[in-house]
Amino acid sequence: MSVDATTVRRIAHLARIAVSDAEVPHLQGELNAMLAFVEQLSEVNIDGVEPMTSVTPMEMKKRADVVNDGEIADAIVRNAPDTVNDFFLVPKVVE
Amino acid sequence: MTDLTSLTIAEAREGLASKSFTARELTDAHLVAIEAARVLNAYVLETPDRAREMAKAADEKIAKGEGGPLAGIPLGIKDLFATRDIRTTACSKILGNFIPPYESTVTSQLWRDGAVLLGKLNNDEFAMGSSNETSCFGPVTNPWRREGSNTTLVPGGSSGGSASAVAASLCMGATATDTGGSIRQPAAFTATVGIKPTYGRCSRWGIVAFASSLDQAGPIARTTRDAAILMRSMAGHDPKDTTSVDIAVPDYEAAIGKSVKGMKIGIPREYRLDGMPAEIEKLWSEGAQWLKAAGAELVEVSLPHTKYALPAYYIVAPAEASSNLARYDGVRYGLREPGKNVIEMYENTRADGFGDEVRRRVLIGTYVLSAGYYDAYYLRAQKVRTLIKKDFEDCFAKGVSAILTPATPSAAFGIGEKGGADPVEMYLNDIFTVTVNMAGLPGIAVPAGKDMQGLPLGLQLIGRPFDEETLFSLGEVIQQAAGRFTAPKWW
Repeated sequence: MSVDATTVRRIAHLARIAVSDAEVPHLQGELNAMLAFVEQLSEVNIDGVEPMTSVTPMEMKKRADVVNDGEIADAIVRNAPDTVNDFFLVPKVVE
Repeated sequence: MTDLTSLTIAEAREGLASKSFTARELTDAHLVAIEAARVLNAYVLETPDRAREMAKAADEKIAKGEGGPLAGIPLGIKDLFATRDIRTTACSKILGNFIPPYESTVTSQLWRDGAVLLGKLNNDEFAMGSSNETSCFGPVTNPWRREGSNTTLVPGGSSGGSASAVAASLCMGATATDTGGSIRQPAAFTATVGIKPTYGRCSRWGIVAFASSLDQAGPIARTTRDAAILMRSMAGHDPKDTTSVDIAVPDYEAAIGKSVKGMKIGIPREYRLDGMPAEIEKLWSEGAQWLKAAGAELVEVSLPHTKYALPAYYIVAPAEASSNLARYDGVRYGLREPGKNVIEMYENTRADGFGDEVRRRVLIGTYVLSAGYYDAYYLRAQKVRTLIKKDFEDCFAKGVSAILTPATPSAAFGIGEKGGADPVEMYLNDIFTVTVNMAGLPGIAVPAGKDMQGLPLGLQLIGRPFDEETLFSLGEVIQQAAGRFTAPKWW
């Protein structure tokens, strides 16, 4: 399989990465090189093989469902580009 | 007095205990070395004030007889590990001036045991790369050069800063991470020892995530013993990482020097690639002979799905990366580029903040997870991964203790030499290491010789799950036979 220019733009939008028209042909070439490389997986017989979901066979430990941290709003917003009163600020979402 | 930076961790530990020098002197010697080696670009942040404070605290503890196992040992930390109140960037512009309000579990255990932080080490952006050329701070220089040449070589990646700093004696050891070979390949390129432990051995909490089912932290050091000393402090169960395994951490150092007599060592025929350089082939058989001379038994084994590990990796790792890196949206931390609405703000932030390699992997990951392609790519790759793991299980079930392979298909190459036209050219660097991540196994790279141009080459040993001790024992045999290799100082 290979991707065309329209698909490159669609993926970039899904990934929320702005891509200029000038960059599309170059990206298309790189993505197609990667897709051509992984193409060889189609020759592997995977009939009846379970997909790997966990590399180590282990039961996932769960912690008790209790509050164990909090009251650290300052620490949480400390690195944000724009905040007001412990809230993150974003451009207007609802008109 | 001998140059304190040339000591191993084991030697420094002794010197500190016998009061031959203080932790402060040891740290100061390293700070001087770091300043003189800025041309290597190994450190992206030096923390001399913090280092002196920590060294002073270590001296006080040692004086009271309360020094921990790493008391006063100065280390470098890959910039992928969150360090409280100290800038952590994953060497990406998108994290900007991120100052974590928390400490990664692995580094917190190093400080608990008395280690000293010298600074943060360069790496490929988000650990995506095999040459340390994708860092937003620029490439790292390998202290090794070809004989009679001034060409600047890469130290490998993604833990290039860690490998370069350890090889150039700019720290006594370093933390590193390995998703497809990022500890072992740079270790092989710099004549250092690097171990990627079993998945789950070290907590991933507080380490910037790349591909969560593959990422593991481990040490890079100058000897197998030093790597074992660091491993013991780094490993262990952490309730904050549900994939970290709750089993006791052994004294890895005790495995150094242990007999390997009677161990079965697998030599996998699929690792003998067409067109493999003769010197790699030679190194490999030499390594096998050293293990044999130490009493191990060599057996040919087959890992039939080896060739599919790298393509499967380039589906699984980007898929996980595209999910993990969705968090960089210009809202909660890091870079923000304005846009006329929130979507445009995301798109501009991520376009400006991610470098080319990261962007490429996020895009391919998004594609293989997108509607209509998931089964053909991601699901198929996860099934192939099951087969890769089974290859190893079958091999270990026959009584094989460990598998010996070359660490890399070549020695270090020049900056800008690879991957310019086709990204896959760079990816092939990890052909011998990536299988280990796909199967979640431990793997160690040990320096074993030099190529015809005088550049270091390494061998890799792959072990059974949670049997890092066997790797340390076997690695020590190789190190004893091959000797240690030190880059001639030119910087």
